[in-house]
Amino acid sequence: MKPTRTEACGNWILSRFPVTKLWNEHMAQYYAPKNFNFWYFFGSLALLVLVNQLITGILLTMNYKPDAQLAFDSVEYIMRDVNWGWLVRYMHSTGASAFFIVVYLHMFRGIMYGSFKQPRELIWIFGMLIYVCLMAEAFMGYLLPWGQMSYWGAQVIISLFSAIPVVGDDLSLWFRGDYVISDATLNRFFAFHVISVPLVLLLLIFLHIVALHEVGSNNPDGIEIKDKKGADGIPLDGIPFHPYYSVKDIVGVGVFLFFFAAVIFYAPEMGGYFLESANFIPADPLKTPEHIAPVWYFTPFYAILRAVPDKFAGVIAMGGAIVVLFLLPWLDRSPIKSVRYRGGIYKKALALFVISFVALGYLGTQPATAGAVLAARVFTAIYFGFFLLMPIYTRWEKTKPVPERVTEQPSLEDRIPAVIETFHEVTAKKSFTDTEGNTVEKLRPNPSGIANVLVRGLKKLKASLD
Amino acid sequence: MNNEGVDTSKRQFLTSALSVVGAVGTGYLAVPFLSQMQPSAKAMAAGAPVEVDISKMETGQLIRVAWRGKPVWVLNRTPAALETLNTLEYELADPLSNESIQPENSKNQGRSIKPEIFIAVGLCTHLGCSPTFRPELAAPDLGDDWLGGFFCPCHGSKFDLAGRVYRGVPAPTNMDVPPHRYITDTHIIIGEETTEEQSA
Repeated sequence: MKPTRTEACGNWILSRFPVTKLWNEHMAQYYAPKNFNFWYFFGSLALLVLVNQLITGILLTMNYKPDAQLAFDSVEYIMRDVNWGWLVRYMHSTGASAFFIVVYLHMFRGIMYGSFKQPRELIWIFGMLIYVCLMAEAFMGYLLPWGQMSYWGAQVIISLFSAIPVVGDDLSLWFRGDYVISDATLNRFFAFHVISVPLVLLLLIFLHIVALHEVGSNNPDGIEIKDKKGADGIPLDGIPFHPYYSVKDIVGVGVFLFFFAAVIFYAPEMGGYFLESANFIPADPLKTPEHIAPVWYFTPFYAILRAVPDKFAGVIAMGGAIVVLFLLPWLDRSPIKSVRYRGGIYKKALALFVISFVALGYLGTQPATAGAVLAARVFTAIYFGFFLLMPIYTRWEKTKPVPERVTEQPSLEDRIPAVIETFHEVTAKKSFTDTEGNTVEKLRPNPSGIANVLVRGLKKLKASLD
Repeated sequence: MNNEGVDTSKRQFLTSALSVVGAVGTGYLAVPFLSQMQPSAKAMAAGAPVEVDISKMETGQLIRVAWRGKPVWVLNRTPAALETLNTLEYELADPLSNESIQPENSKNQGRSIKPEIFIAVGLCTHLGCSPTFRPELAAPDLGDDWLGGFFCPCHGSKFDLAGRVYRGVPAPTNMDVPPHRYITDTHIIIGEETTEEQSA
């Protein structure tokens, strides 16, 4: 039969470019483990936020002026006079924070389920490079509004280079292009933020995904699904990415956009955490704001910097906090990937690490009082302890047997009866007489029931940490 | 490919020679690319000295002027403030300013030409924030033994009223004192130490 015009057109393309092959390799015949949970949304959400940043960023450059005299006013112009400029700007600024939320959760997922381990070390390394690029991108983007926090934040971060012995001062001078943060610095940061770093970022994301699709995805059980293949050569526990996970991710996108829109419309500055109040004052090179703190996603590292009472050692500690993350695949000596089958000592260490990371993040937003600095020192020690003691404590671990095939966790629906039962346990019906003399029954909290539920919950938590 | 009768060592030599030449060429091209990020001639030329009139300053007052884009402080110290400078020797990291940057004529306890007029670049030697002026004694957030000085809000470095850094804070050295000279008793030039004629 003679092919139709459309088919002929399709064939013309297919014989010149492998559309079908690419689609099958990366979507329709890319087999992902069937037991992905909530934590597996964040990779695709990161891509969504990236697209958001690219589109809104391009729109912002159409009205933004990278000039020390004009920059601050051009941002206000975007906010007030450009049609929907406020929306595009808030989508971009909120997107920056959303990017870090999503990426931190994505990284934590990797640490929790051992996705950085053999054979996925390179995926982790590419991912860490993406993270470093993102930090550079966010830092340079934050200078562009040319507010007080932009200016002094950049001053502090560039001065970090000057702590390097011998070449430090020349290096920071070269990077600034002037003796102080000035028009030259703003102009080059614009170039880096808009062109150089995004290009590197896109390349790294490409490499991250190519490496992932070569070895295949990890899963919450930390089992290699490729070890158990059916007669057709397809992993028994694998399902095609499209349509199963492409559709599942749409649910994640829906939930994410709900929160994203809520922040954009109701709390775009997030009480000074996403856009700091001092940044609504134009940059003044003669006066540092009373309290300066970086945006929330840098505060854990900033707290580590402040915790060390020596300039060079502080900068080394801050850099080291990121370098140890790169080394994670080689620090962890346990053969077990997923936290589900790892020993109690690792679970406790991981919990302490999360607590110290969040605590450092909080301390980094607070003024450097003596008490805050002392607390930051303790949490810095825990942060580094988690990584540097890892080769020792992961050897002692008493791990649990890993199942042959991926497991099924109780679904939300299966959990409903238990939730209803708990509700009955913590409440009790009590009779009251109302003003008209009728007896009415009302639900009231039941103290002994609440105590029982709490004790059971704590026991369960303790058991799960062993 | 048929490699029979081919002298592979010649090919190897040509490959290596081309790689070396290419690397040298790339190296040369890197010079203009990297160098153009250095401060431009315009940025180097900016930074003319500035003149400050201190005739209207009251004792205890601090004024800020811009020199090379940096904040420069001129502080008129009170006699009480000058006395505190004697008492701090053991709490300071570099009380004699041996490790710090200042013109030779300001390398003394008060780090100034005239005892009461203190001039410094108002940037913390840690990471370049501009410290806040905290002249009050025993400030609640700085402790009962605070004698007045400068406090950096960024990373908590403390300096006394001569810009000398305390021990145990992140800043490594005392604050820089810029080159300056008096034209008259009440007029200061910041940015040059000697006039053209004197230096000639």
